[in-house]
Amino acid sequence: MSGDGDIAVQVDGLVKRYKKVVAVDGISFSIERGELFGMLGPNGAGKTTTLGILSTLRRKDAGDARVWGFDVARQRAEVRRRIGIVFQEFSLDDKLTGRENLDFHGRLFGMPRALRRERMAEVLELVDLTGRAKDQVEKYSGGMKRRLEIARGLMHAPPLLFLDEPTLGLDAQTRRQIWDYLAEMNRTAGVTMILTTHYMDEADTLCGRVAIVDHGKIVACDTPQALKASLGGDAVTLEVEGGAEIRTALAGLPFVSKVAPREGALELTLDRAESRVPELVDAVRGSGGQLRSLNLRKPTLEDVFLHYTGRQMRDAHEDAGAISRAQRRR
Amino acid sequence: MAAPPQAPRVVATPLIALQAIHVMWLREMLRFVRAPSRVIGSLAMPLLFLAFLGAGLRGTAPGVSPEGDYLTFLAPGMMGMTLLMGSVFSGLHVLWDRQFGFLREIMVTPVSRLSILLGRIAGGMTMAVFQGTLVCLGALLLGADLTAGPLDILVTAATMALIGVAFVSVGLVFASILDDFHGFSLIVNFFVFPIFFLSGALFPVDRLPVWLRPLCYADPLTYGVDLLRGSLTGVSAFPMWLDFTVLGGFCAVMLALGSLLFSRLEVT
Repeated sequence: MSGDGDIAVQVDGLVKRYKKVVAVDGISFSIERGELFGMLGPNGAGKTTTLGILSTLRRKDAGDARVWGFDVARQRAEVRRRIGIVFQEFSLDDKLTGRENLDFHGRLFGMPRALRRERMAEVLELVDLTGRAKDQVEKYSGGMKRRLEIARGLMHAPPLLFLDEPTLGLDAQTRRQIWDYLAEMNRTAGVTMILTTHYMDEADTLCGRVAIVDHGKIVACDTPQALKASLGGDAVTLEVEGGAEIRTALAGLPFVSKVAPREGALELTLDRAESRVPELVDAVRGSGGQLRSLNLRKPTLEDVFLHYTGRQMRDAHEDAGAISRAQRRR
Repeated sequence: MAAPPQAPRVVATPLIALQAIHVMWLREMLRFVRAPSRVIGSLAMPLLFLAFLGAGLRGTAPGVSPEGDYLTFLAPGMMGMTLLMGSVFSGLHVLWDRQFGFLREIMVTPVSRLSILLGRIAGGMTMAVFQGTLVCLGALLLGADLTAGPLDILVTAATMALIGVAFVSVGLVFASILDDFHGFSLIVNFFVFPIFFLSGALFPVDRLPVWLRPLCYADPLTYGVDLLRGSLTGVSAFPMWLDFTVLGGFCAVMLALGSLLFSRLEVT
């Protein structure tokens, strides 16, 4: 059994149960070298469990999972040497300095001293911690700790990095900063990444491809653009004064795919709506109507989640409680 | 099919295992350097015991050899107590690492669990021996009549190391079984204290009622304290070979049990 350099992750029919609860319910996907892949879903959807299995920390119950062609259950050491992990929860030693945390990590991966020094300087620079490297981690802010964990995940130069909710609990500015670091690492160093998140904007901004996960299943998987486009286009809401002929005129436009009345307004579905505004205004005027307001909305991944699961992400968080409780009890 | 990416592994596997042991050991040392008060503070109790019990019961403890000098009798016992507590707590510290995620970071590196465990034990043992030595020096300053030739010093050092390895392993066994900190006081009250009181650290075993003595003989620390007392004061209850056999055997069993449980630990 040898490895494969083009397919970073290959998952087929993966299953994981905690007692009676099925946390991962037969999911399949694959990630190619160089991708920045996101798993988006509510808490308890099975994202962290999937990551745990791929990173050799948890055992699977059924299915097949390979990282760089190596079986995650049977070739753990081969897998571990080729991955870096940034955990959801704090996992640094806060009595040690930033440098020491990185240095110990490098030693545990068998890196010789000169290489450790070189990499430490690189990754500290990357996450802007060079100046604070000699401070004890307990003196760091939340964002700095997070950045150090990312630096540690990259310390041994893994070709694949796992990130479990990398910006959970951070403020908006720090989150944006971390996105920049990750995108930079992905683009310049070619590090393949797989991250879990329940932030729509994170998946949308950062990820090249997103798998939407709910109840342990992947309900959709594509680029954020394609996922949003699959909803049929942008939504434009027009408040107009005038007769029924306005609706007929709008429906007659070749680029409008749907017109529906809603609460005294008209809701239109169409592609690239921003470039069609003048034509919409003309159509309303041409049929004798008067335009009161126009609201243009691009679909978000939230809309995509709603479309594929039939519920809002925030509602989904609540009924995820059962699974996470089952995990904690283990 | 392209070749898989090269792993950034540069050191051969047996060396990486040694490296892991070294890292875990080094971590304990650095944590000590960063927070020396934790270790130094744990010396307060044995030294206060020595100062007050040693002075207060001087000459009033008949049956205690040598010649009722209780301070001298007590000194090896306090070393034993310090080693016991330092080691068990050091092993139990893995609970904190489990709770706060650091253990997980270690577990996803390519190093084996056995080397992680051995490094932990080496670190905890070093700290315990260091504390035991300080208690010994403190006892000398207080006026305990401890004399030891080069061979005795060697026996003392070996005994301290054995007690250290054995009871760090015990702490690791507990840390692998327990899921949280709630069991902590149970262990202290129902394991650590009985082991201490039954070990002959405070009084000679043969002054206890007959029905209690089998428990003393079942206590592995009894043999450790006996070795320390024998090498530092010249008075011992058992032959040295018996002490070493029992203590060494206990150490080996605990080490094996600790590595078994640690290797099965699922860290998530």
